[in-house]
Amino acid sequence: MNTAVRLPQTDPQPMSQSIAHPKVVARDVNVFYGDKQALKDVNLDIPENAVTALIGPSGCGKTTFLRCINRMNDTIPTARVTGRLAIDGRDVNDPEIDVVQLRARVGMVFQKPNPFPKSIFENVAYGPRIHGLARNKAELEEIVLTSLKRAGLYDEVKDRLSESGTALSGGQQQRLCIARAIAVSPDIILMDEPCSALDPIATAKIEELMDELRTNFTIVIVTHSMQQAARVSQRAAFFHLGILVEEGVTGDIFTAPKERRTQDYITGRFG
Amino acid sequence: MTDLAIPGLRRLDFTTEKARARVRSRYRAEVRFKAYGLIAIGLTTLFILLVLADIIVRGTPAFFQYRLVLDVNVEQSEIDPQGTHDPAAIRAGDYSALVRNALRKIFPDVTDRAGRRLLDGIVSSGAADQLREMVVADPSLIGRTIKAPLLLSDDADLYFKGLGTSISRTAGRGIASPSGTTGDITILSSANDFSSDLVTIKRSLAKRARDLRAYAASLRRSAREVEAQGDDAQRLLAAAQAAGDAARVQSYTSQFTSYRAEAATLTRQAAEAEAEAADLQKRFENPSAEEAIGGNVPSVLVSIDGGMVKVTRLGNSQVSGRVLLPLTSSADAAPGTWSIVTFATPEDNRRVSDREVAWLEYLREHGLVERSFNWIFFTSGDSREPELAGIRGALVGSALTLLVTLFVCLPLGVAAAIYLEEFAPRNRFTEIIEVNINNLAAVPSIVFGLLGLAIFLNFLGLPRSAPLVGGLVLALLVLPTIIIASRAALKAVPPSIKEAALGVGASHQQAVFHHVLPLAMPGVMTGTIIGMSHALGETAPLLMIGMVAFIVEPAASITDAATVLPVQIYLWSDLPEIAFQAKTAAAIMVLLVFLFIMNGTAIFLRRRFERRW
Repeated sequence: MNTAVRLPQTDPQPMSQSIAHPKVVARDVNVFYGDKQALKDVNLDIPENAVTALIGPSGCGKTTFLRCINRMNDTIPTARVTGRLAIDGRDVNDPEIDVVQLRARVGMVFQKPNPFPKSIFENVAYGPRIHGLARNKAELEEIVLTSLKRAGLYDEVKDRLSESGTALSGGQQQRLCIARAIAVSPDIILMDEPCSALDPIATAKIEELMDELRTNFTIVIVTHSMQQAARVSQRAAFFHLGILVEEGVTGDIFTAPKERRTQDYITGRFG
Repeated sequence: MTDLAIPGLRRLDFTTEKARARVRSRYRAEVRFKAYGLIAIGLTTLFILLVLADIIVRGTPAFFQYRLVLDVNVEQSEIDPQGTHDPAAIRAGDYSALVRNALRKIFPDVTDRAGRRLLDGIVSSGAADQLREMVVADPSLIGRTIKAPLLLSDDADLYFKGLGTSISRTAGRGIASPSGTTGDITILSSANDFSSDLVTIKRSLAKRARDLRAYAASLRRSAREVEAQGDDAQRLLAAAQAAGDAARVQSYTSQFTSYRAEAATLTRQAAEAEAEAADLQKRFENPSAEEAIGGNVPSVLVSIDGGMVKVTRLGNSQVSGRVLLPLTSSADAAPGTWSIVTFATPEDNRRVSDREVAWLEYLREHGLVERSFNWIFFTSGDSREPELAGIRGALVGSALTLLVTLFVCLPLGVAAAIYLEEFAPRNRFTEIIEVNINNLAAVPSIVFGLLGLAIFLNFLGLPRSAPLVGGLVLALLVLPTIIIASRAALKAVPPSIKEAALGVGASHQQAVFHHVLPLAMPGVMTGTIIGMSHALGETAPLLMIGMVAFIVEPAASITDAATVLPVQIYLWSDLPEIAFQAKTAAAIMVLLVFLFIMNGTAIFLRRRFERRW
């Protein structure tokens, strides 16, 4: 089931680098908000244990695509998704898929840090608690501390786990959100411009973290920063006006884009 | 592209006189608007302060009461003749006799029936009940003489609160010699001690004479007018007779006679008034003649030899009158040891007679009157006797009613708000429901009363006047408020919190109940408390379901008949007794205090739990 289904007709040419084990496979994905079409026939494979960057100008549909993966678009009443989007070969839009379980497997980090207005500990413990991942208090504590350590936040907050998560700085809040996301051991972490509200130092920390996390997780990141995409991602996909223009190995996209629009965008001609 | 000015358009002109005038008028408009705002705020503050000050000034006296502290002999013969010490027998004793005896011991000279009834009346009928409670609680008091506080009647209480009359005293300058110690006596003074009071009365005679003469003059004027009309009628009559018109002759004849009769009556009344005025004038012009003192002029009394004499006839150096408090002796009183006492309010305009005032003043002078906090106001139910009426029944009724309201409308309101805000599909049906909830918040409250009457009382057959029904009606009344406030609070929670919860795999319901609702709770509580204080002050719908009854016993359960605070205020405001005016204002103060506390709590919750994201 892990074999990608190829649709050569829609690809302008065979992908430069074949992906042996794509984690996420999107085929002819269309998204409509009411009458407006936000995504048109998107075909994209996302590899396992790598960082895939979605780039493109504002309103091009990258966030929409990201939110299709864990079905966060369900919360928008007018949104409608067609096509096939499979994780490990199972269509996420299959009526038999439980959306809550799906979201437990596909964690998400949002553009603006949004910790719960609760203690740091409770922020991380919430996910494991509602999914019953810990059998007792000690286990829960273990999960929380491990997650904080993996998110690189533990040393900064170990003495104030009972303080409110909202009292942390922006960068710390965002790492807390990452810790919260990895606490439920998801397969995939979606990041929607996670550094747009952060200063360069905090951004550097998050980027470093992403590099570490990709050994265990499949990461999909939406970013407006070309440099960030170049730094953290192994593969990149360029969206424009709801169309997936080009995708491939990050180095190729940035050094030898096949499409004129991609080149214009990454060289700063528009966007 | 450096030239930003668009060709053909005028540039902003800020140097010419016209431009400066424009700026000035803008400043003027701003100053004017600020002045309007200040005036509006000043006026509203003034009105609010006026209302509050008025209520506080009126209501404060009701929180205090005056009591007599008398030595009461708890005689076994009146309470427990058989000496059984049986609580039921002790309870059945005649305690009002004890109270009466204690009072009569102080005023042994009061032997006439009317006087005794008057004396008994200065103590409240509740005094005996208080004494009963004391003795039942401690039967060892039987047979002993105890100092017992006795509640005064409302008129006596009001007298001590300063609503009786202002009293002025003038020390006597001459030697006063009374002719006796009881009954009707005459007091002679060696100086013209009473002349100033006499002058006051004479002066009032002169004023009365002036008024009468003016009245007589106006009567005479009308009489002349009526006569003139009569003359007209007479002329017309003569003309009609000349014309031989029988019908007109008859009509004018009757007119003429009635005018004449009216003129005669007016003239007679004028003459009577003039005669009275002349009589008064004569009395005024004879300064030494004695004058009688009636009930329509300030009362004059003489305090002498430990007694009190009410003056009925007043001369320059002698008065005669009736003894109200017996004199200890008929010895001559030296100058300065006796005094003339004037009660400024005429007896006819007072609730307490001169005799009662004399008694009350005597009791006060002997330290038998004490002022204490009026606990009865908080511990007893409604009563027809103002001094025994309290708000406990209304408070209990309000509390029970609000409890029912809270238990019904908080879960219903919050559940409805959560469903509508978070779960309901957006369609025509939910839109209609939303519009109607908003409309219901503006429906007059009396309509909810009618609804309660029709559904809860007539259809479901629930008990009348009960907090259960009142609470249900008020719950319906405040439901829209709570739903609207709760929805606003839920909407104010940033969606990022809900997304975060959904992002870690919480279900919609978990996201709402674990994260959104706790954050919205301060808003929900604020809305609920505002709704509750709205319900606390509501009167009209409760009138419709019969909570307007006179209920003495505080309700013990939500199905007992009860009344609530605002209805109690409404009931008391309607009563004729002056003492109830203060009770009304005092009850309003209590209601306002509760409203302030509730709204203060709402503000506190809002401040305390307000979060910034």
